[in-house]
Amino acid sequence: MTGAPDTGGPGGPGPVLDLAGLGFGEGAHLLVRRALAGLAPGAVLGVAGHDPALPLHLAAWCRREGHRMLPGPFPDPRVRAAVRRRPRDRDTGRRHGAERAGSPGPDGVVARPPAHWGPAARGALVEAGGPPVPFDVADRDIAWTDLAPRLYAHAAAAQWDPATAVDWAAPFTLPDAVEQAVVQVMTYLVENEQTALVIPARLLARVHPHFREVLQLLAVQAADEARHVEVFTRRALLRGGRMGTSSAGGRASLASLLAEPDFSLAFFLLSVLGEGSFLSLLGFLDRYAPDPVTRRVARLARRDEARHVAFGVAHLAHRADRDPALHGRLRGAVERRHDALRDTAGLNDDVFDALVVLAAGAWTPEAVARGHRAVRRLREEMDEGRRHRLARLGFPDDEAAELSALHTRSFM
Amino acid sequence: MTGMTRMTRMTGTTEPLLLGAVAYDPKVVTIWTGFRSWLTARGLPFDFVLYAHYERQAEDLAAGRLHAAWHSPLAWVRSQRLAAAQGTPLRPLVMRDTDRDLRSVIVVRADARHRRPADLKGETVATGAVDSPQSTLLPLARLREHGLRPGEDFRVLRHDTGVGLHGDHIGGERDAARALMSGEAAAACLSDASWLLFAQDGTLPPGATRPLDRTGPYDHCVLAVGHAADPDLADGLGRLLRSMDHADPEVRHLLDLEGLTAWLPGRTGGFAALAAAVTEAGHYDERGRITAPEYAP
Ligand SMILES: [Fe+2]
Ligand SMILES: [Fe+2]
Repeated sequence: MTGAPDTGGPGGPGPVLDLAGLGFGEGAHLLVRRALAGLAPGAVLGVAGHDPALPLHLAAWCRREGHRMLPGPFPDPRVRAAVRRRPRDRDTGRRHGAERAGSPGPDGVVARPPAHWGPAARGALVEAGGPPVPFDVADRDIAWTDLAPRLYAHAAAAQWDPATAVDWAAPFTLPDAVEQAVVQVMTYLVENEQTALVIPARLLARVHPHFREVLQLLAVQAADEARHVEVFTRRALLRGGRMGTSSAGGRASLASLLAEPDFSLAFFLLSVLGEGSFLSLLGFLDRYAPDPVTRRVARLARRDEARHVAFGVAHLAHRADRDPALHGRLRGAVERRHDALRDTAGLNDDVFDALVVLAAGAWTPEAVARGHRAVRRLREEMDEGRRHRLARLGFPDDEAAELSALHTRSFM
Repeated sequence: MTGMTRMTRMTGTTEPLLLGAVAYDPKVVTIWTGFRSWLTARGLPFDFVLYAHYERQAEDLAAGRLHAAWHSPLAWVRSQRLAAAQGTPLRPLVMRDTDRDLRSVIVVRADARHRRPADLKGETVATGAVDSPQSTLLPLARLREHGLRPGEDFRVLRHDTGVGLHGDHIGGERDAARALMSGEAAAACLSDASWLLFAQDGTLPPGATRPLDRTGPYDHCVLAVGHAADPDLADGLGRLLRSMDHADPEVRHLLDLEGLTAWLPGRTGGFAALAAAVTEAGHYDERGRITAPEYAP
């Protein structure tokens, strides 16, 4: 423990730290550590103070830290103990082999953050060692989207409070059948929103935290869906206090969405095709809502959904640029899902019927015809939207039309 | 390096060096599994077994069923007596830098009337487990030096947590500190490291205790090599352990877990006070047999 030069021994005038009454149970080690850090290795620090435990606690602390206590007596009468600073700084040793985890800004994202960076902040000085944390989406080409930081900032700024954003006490009266249709549509929306909540939540847990803006965006997206679940549930229960029905076919369709394990394909099915179609559906509810509460909740959810679709399209467009084989895989995912649902009877028929009644608003032949026309127009709009977004991902028009048609029986 | 080359060549044919360690905490598995991979990757045939307590480990080392043992200071004292009785060699190979020159303290509440050890006459003194060097054997020996006979001049309130672990389980010391704060005891016997820990983790409120007395410096754990060990392998183990560098991330977390920054050569001078305390307390006899009453690991 020697060999380093003495800048002042217990016999000579060296620096003295006065702890006054501060004890090691109250943070004295912080002052001692700071004082020693200012000295050269091997230099001696005198420590003064009047805590009765001082010399013994200091000795135990020094042993743990690798510093050496020197025996007295000390010429300075205030000094109760002297410490020789350890020869090699352990913190320097700890920093040996440390590396920067990229740099903090979005332009500091690296191509493949190693697993042992784990949850370290981007740009942090990461000590070597530490356990590998298996985030399987850890490739910049797969995880990252340049749009993510901007979409996240937008999403964070656009959060709304379900308690105050909707006037739950707004007066309205609906015929029983129309109210029932609203309840059925809301019940259907809730199971879709719950699926849309689970998927980004699951996927975000697989993304390396180095791509933090992607995680943040997905977290806010999941929070958006949590609010959608709340407001649609609340509208369903507003008058009758009962939920509608949940069809086996509808749940089979959602289960096939949950079953997609691939990060990019899952966002393709959920955001580009599913939430893309939802934009049209929520727009329809905004237009034909028979009451102000239904209109308001549909409008609020639609704003959020537009962001979810934008992320999905941006992510897939970014991927398609880098991976020419992606189109084939996207097509395969749509076909697999279609095949899985081929034998599902009456998929979403009850929802389409409820939408007709909701848009009709009354039980007259003219009203039902009007509602039916509106729903037919909705299905056309959904198809147009899907084809448009598929074209943005680089699919030729005929293939986009074909894939959109395979999606038709599912909303989400 | 030549020694290491020789060991590498011998790996296929040599019986591995077998070390015993006591499983006083689950981290012991992590530590010795990590050390084992590190040592074998460097050509040392090395294996380990875990024990439930130090007494069987000391007996197996003496019987030659182990080549080496990661020993408490009390286990060292017993191994020394067992080895001397059967005329076999025993050597201290390495120790942690943090195991040298510990002290134990006898602390009282800051507002207590006690000023000198003699003031504890007729009082209750809290200690750790019956086999804890730092919080029972050494501080009670210190009080004997002041003419206070444990159990006669003062009452001993023992906290027998982890008997057979030689005080490695800190629970007994923590209970002793709590007995002091609750007023059940007038004084508590602790290692200086535990006293610091309890002050820092809030077991003892800031400024609530002060030292009444302290022991002289003593050493703690040591890696003991018994008569059955191949001397070349044992030397190889010592050399490799001492080459472990805290700057190497592969071993740093093991060293941090085991609580050291560097391995130092073993030495025996720091166990003399404990050997004397063991004799006074009648914990082991001169041939290393267990003689302590109420001691059943
Ligand atoms: Fe939603
Ligand atoms: Fe969504």
